[in-house]
Amino acid sequence: MTTQEILIVFTRILRDLLLDDSIALTMETRREDIPNWDSFNYINFIVAVEMEFGVKFKIADVESFANVGAIVAAAMTMVR
Amino acid sequence: MQMTTPHCPMMSWLPIAADFRGDLRTALDCAKQTDRLENLAALTSYRLGFLETVQLDRAYGRLGLKEAPGFLPLRLAVLASSTVDHLLPAIRVGGLRRRLLIDVQSGGYGQYRQDLLDPTSALHQFAPQAILFSLSAREAISAIPLTTTAAEVEETIARHIKELRSFWQKAREICNGVILQQTFLDVSEPLFGSYDRFVPGAPSRIAARLNDRLCEAAAQDGILLLDVARASERDGIDAWFDTGRWFQGKLEVAPQAAPLYGDMVARTLAAQHGLSKKCLVLDLDNTLWGGVIGDDGLEGIVLGEGNAAGEAHLALQRYAKQLKERGVILAVCSKNDAEIAEAAFHDHPEMLLRRSDIAAFLANWDDKAENLKAIAAHLNIGIDSLVFVDDNPVERARIRQSLPMVAVPELPADVAQYVRCVADAGYFEAVAFTSEDRHRAQQYTENAEREALLGSAQSMDEFLRGLKMSVVFGPFTVVDHARVVQLINKTNQFNTTTRRYTSEEIAYLTSLPSALTLQFRLLDRIGDNGLISTMILRPASDQEGVLEIENWVMSCRVFGRQLEFEAMNIAVEAARRRGARALIANYIATSKNGVISELYPSLGFALVDQTAQTGGAVRWFLNLADYVIRDTYIARVGAAG
Repeated sequence: MTTQEILIVFTRILRDLLLDDSIALTMETRREDIPNWDSFNYINFIVAVEMEFGVKFKIADVESFANVGAIVAAAMTMVR
Repeated sequence: MQMTTPHCPMMSWLPIAADFRGDLRTALDCAKQTDRLENLAALTSYRLGFLETVQLDRAYGRLGLKEAPGFLPLRLAVLASSTVDHLLPAIRVGGLRRRLLIDVQSGGYGQYRQDLLDPTSALHQFAPQAILFSLSAREAISAIPLTTTAAEVEETIARHIKELRSFWQKAREICNGVILQQTFLDVSEPLFGSYDRFVPGAPSRIAARLNDRLCEAAAQDGILLLDVARASERDGIDAWFDTGRWFQGKLEVAPQAAPLYGDMVARTLAAQHGLSKKCLVLDLDNTLWGGVIGDDGLEGIVLGEGNAAGEAHLALQRYAKQLKERGVILAVCSKNDAEIAEAAFHDHPEMLLRRSDIAAFLANWDDKAENLKAIAAHLNIGIDSLVFVDDNPVERARIRQSLPMVAVPELPADVAQYVRCVADAGYFEAVAFTSEDRHRAQQYTENAEREALLGSAQSMDEFLRGLKMSVVFGPFTVVDHARVVQLINKTNQFNTTTRRYTSEEIAYLTSLPSALTLQFRLLDRIGDNGLISTMILRPASDQEGVLEIENWVMSCRVFGRQLEFEAMNIAVEAARRRGARALIANYIATSKNGVISELYPSLGFALVDQTAQTGGAVRWFLNLADYVIRDTYIARVGAAG
């Protein structure tokens, strides 16, 4: 998968999670840029991404992802 | 690179939605709130993962509905020693799947002691109708050093259980509904390895002992269990507990287990409200046996020892037979010639199920949806009480389409998995196992004999006279306590107010001198119909000398036998003996009790002026001086209290 393909899936997951089809993620998007993307829904997002791609992020990484791009990059290392 | 795939419990009995996202958005586009709710509820019949569950719950939350026609509202408080926020959407979705509108409240984790004790806490304000304790074994484990002797371990565990019982007691003071206690997940790692089982202070050993003692105490105190320990053994602990999530946010139950967790909570709450399924309807060809009997003949079907598939089909029969022994009604719905299908039950040496095990047997070439309706009508149970097991995806889809209230497990392709699939679904979740359950199958067989009698009788009068019925009655007794509780809470059709009572409330009413309780058992020349009706009368709060029928239920098994008339005769005489001058009674209509909407007028009650009424209750009044004892064909045994 390319980073762009992963970003598209991430966008779909976050739209579903927050039930908000206006969400558009970019590599630079930060959590505070998206309304209602609080810490609870951040973990929900991580869980949903892990289940979608069949991967597990390191807990240290989960705490330190600076933006969506960082999550995409981490996912890239695990997804074939 | 090695990948670690998250483990996830599978709700494999539910079919996968073709376009969940699209359907959800379509549901939200409906103009009417109630249509949106119906559409969302329909979506819960599909297999929902973690993300779909959160999504559906968010859509449901946007409706902001506290009540809706055809749904039962229920306030549930979750008291937890770990984070449970991620479980609440799944509990609501599990509820929706059973037409329960569950309003869930949870305090901060670890706050439950204060919440229980403080009468001004949000928990008390919430006035829950059910309480779930979701506690961890960690506290007990950390209090017990590894070197502790067996006796000391037992002592500490006993102390923990004692404290737990005090929580239950407190919970009872707040909530007169069901109290649910989650069993302890064993999330520990081996210390000695297999030798852990010999070390009293080993964490896994402590968790096991805690669960043993917990179950004993819960059984004694009338607390229901949410057995996540068993579920985690079935799915594997990695499916239920995720170490990363624990470190991140103190989640004791993994998010990926949430959908199943919520479904299990809802199952138990539904069971308590009489909403568990009652009847297992089985297809024959390629379900109860391999092959098509009409084509392959009696000798050609695959069934029994010596053949893997034959053994698997037999395993399904064995499971069905066990369900029957615990009180589930069995039925057959098959596209076959009746004689050929029945011949297998009579003549095939490997058949475990016999024709007499089947309470309703429909083998014909008619539409299966029509046959399922006929089965429900014949057994006098709701269509929504049926589970339909069929290997044919076309038949399954057809039933889901035309009878969405029927549960249709998505049988896997391999017969080896059939039993697992039906069992995992938890359709027949129970909250009691009474002697009535043990004899139910027998009673349905006897009912078939009664119907034969009715068929040959010239008139209804002749039939009823020929039955030689008698009623054994009296106040509620300790011996019949469990059955009384079960009957009141399971009965939906002949139920005047659909008020539910806990075991404690019934025990209280049984001992309360001012309450007039009546239980009825109907016997006839075919057999004992069991304890099939109860009535609770209490002094009306606003009128002197008036008794109010707070609740009256009767099993559908004995409809049309004049028992309602004889029961009212008995109630009137008992009320007169207490010096009452009148009875009042409410009829509260639900989607299920329309069959008794004219009950009270048929018994001579007069309608009370409705202008002052609220809450949908229709109020009826009977002046005892005017009541004439009605002749029935039921003789009396016993005396009213």
